[in-house]
Amino acid sequence: MSAVIEVNHLRKSYGQVKAIDDVSFQIEADKIYGMLGRNGAGKTTLMHILTAQGFATSGDLKVFGEHPYENEKVLRNICFIKESQKYPDTFSVKNVLDVSADFFPKWDRDFANSLIADFQLPLKRNVKKLSRGMLSSLGIVVGLASRAPLTIFDEPYLGLDAVARSLFYDRLLEDYSEHPRTIILSTHLIDEVSRLLEHVIVIDSGKVILDEETDTIRGRAYAVAGAASKVEDFLRGKQVIHREPFGGLLTAAVIGAGDGRDRHEAEGMGLEIQPVSLQQLVVHLSKINQVQGKEGERA
Amino acid sequence: MDDSRPIFLQIAEKIENDIIEGVLPEESQVPSTNQFAAFYQINPATAAKGVNELVDQGILYKKRGIGMFVKEGSRSVLIEKRKALFYDQYVLSMLREAQKLGITNAEVADMIRKGENG
Repeated sequence: MSAVIEVNHLRKSYGQVKAIDDVSFQIEADKIYGMLGRNGAGKTTLMHILTAQGFATSGDLKVFGEHPYENEKVLRNICFIKESQKYPDTFSVKNVLDVSADFFPKWDRDFANSLIADFQLPLKRNVKKLSRGMLSSLGIVVGLASRAPLTIFDEPYLGLDAVARSLFYDRLLEDYSEHPRTIILSTHLIDEVSRLLEHVIVIDSGKVILDEETDTIRGRAYAVAGAASKVEDFLRGKQVIHREPFGGLLTAAVIGAGDGRDRHEAEGMGLEIQPVSLQQLVVHLSKINQVQGKEGERA
Repeated sequence: MDDSRPIFLQIAEKIENDIIEGVLPEESQVPSTNQFAAFYQINPATAAKGVNELVDQGILYKKRGIGMFVKEGSRSVLIEKRKALFYDQYVLSMLREAQKLGITNAEVADMIRKGENG
């Protein structure tokens, strides 16, 4: 499988602050990736570097096999839709589409027009006068119609209601099925997009804490609940990632599939096995990462 | 779709259910992976993995250039497979819940007979 992005030991510091802390990963061609993590985890900084809008302090980065900085060949193949995209003050919606059509070699005008109709965007309106949701919709239209071999959406749905978000997911999947390309969705709304993602990279405190196929992560952990003393007995020898006491009860998240022998053992002890969603798993792993980070500072 | 189990397994189970219930008769065509992806708003590669799981098990087969079809005889194969799971998934958990509530096995048997008539 060919890599569209190769990142090796990338670091970015702002003074003492390590925004990106020794990050390495690969993005393979024609997959939909999720770049997940809390606000301030380093997602946007990383994407700015990937799209040559920011410089790394050290480390190695290749996009389509080349350095992206001032590399027009690479940059024309990237469409980066930012959370707070700025346009020239005098631009109308139509101007944005015209400029995009000139810039992106694979721009599909008919597709753009059908998306404009789907999202009910007023073509003549000045971009400055669009509502927050309309501005997000415009970003989505440009991102999808560009058909760029590498398309990155950074929190693309600020101000969008549930109907518009669902429309975005529908159009994205339809068009991706017909025109496979590499797509990165950066978001903290994990539960909502996780089904769209083939692969997930979770970033926390500037580090990659999870880099795996989404379906492999699902069913990676399970929760066991019941009387605290019995749960503790059950947990012995198992990898516990989270404990939540409640009165005399304890719910604990454990690494494992939660089937077969573990399930029989738990049920035999009168304990209940519950699912752990991808979002919960990411939250648990982020907490562990932060605790370890603090311990590392003290050491 | 529930987000705590691999989605490809859930797609495979959904197709199995449709075959068992006769919604997808033997030798009929299964929706394409893109159709599954659009309908359930899931990644097409994940949908394809679910379909391929059943191809590997010999439940579905591929007709070149047309799509996936339900193999003849697969319904009875699936029913046998589900029967084997029935005791584990339903009977045992029912008896455990009954025990917790102090319902005797004889009472459970009575309820089953009642359910049969009702």
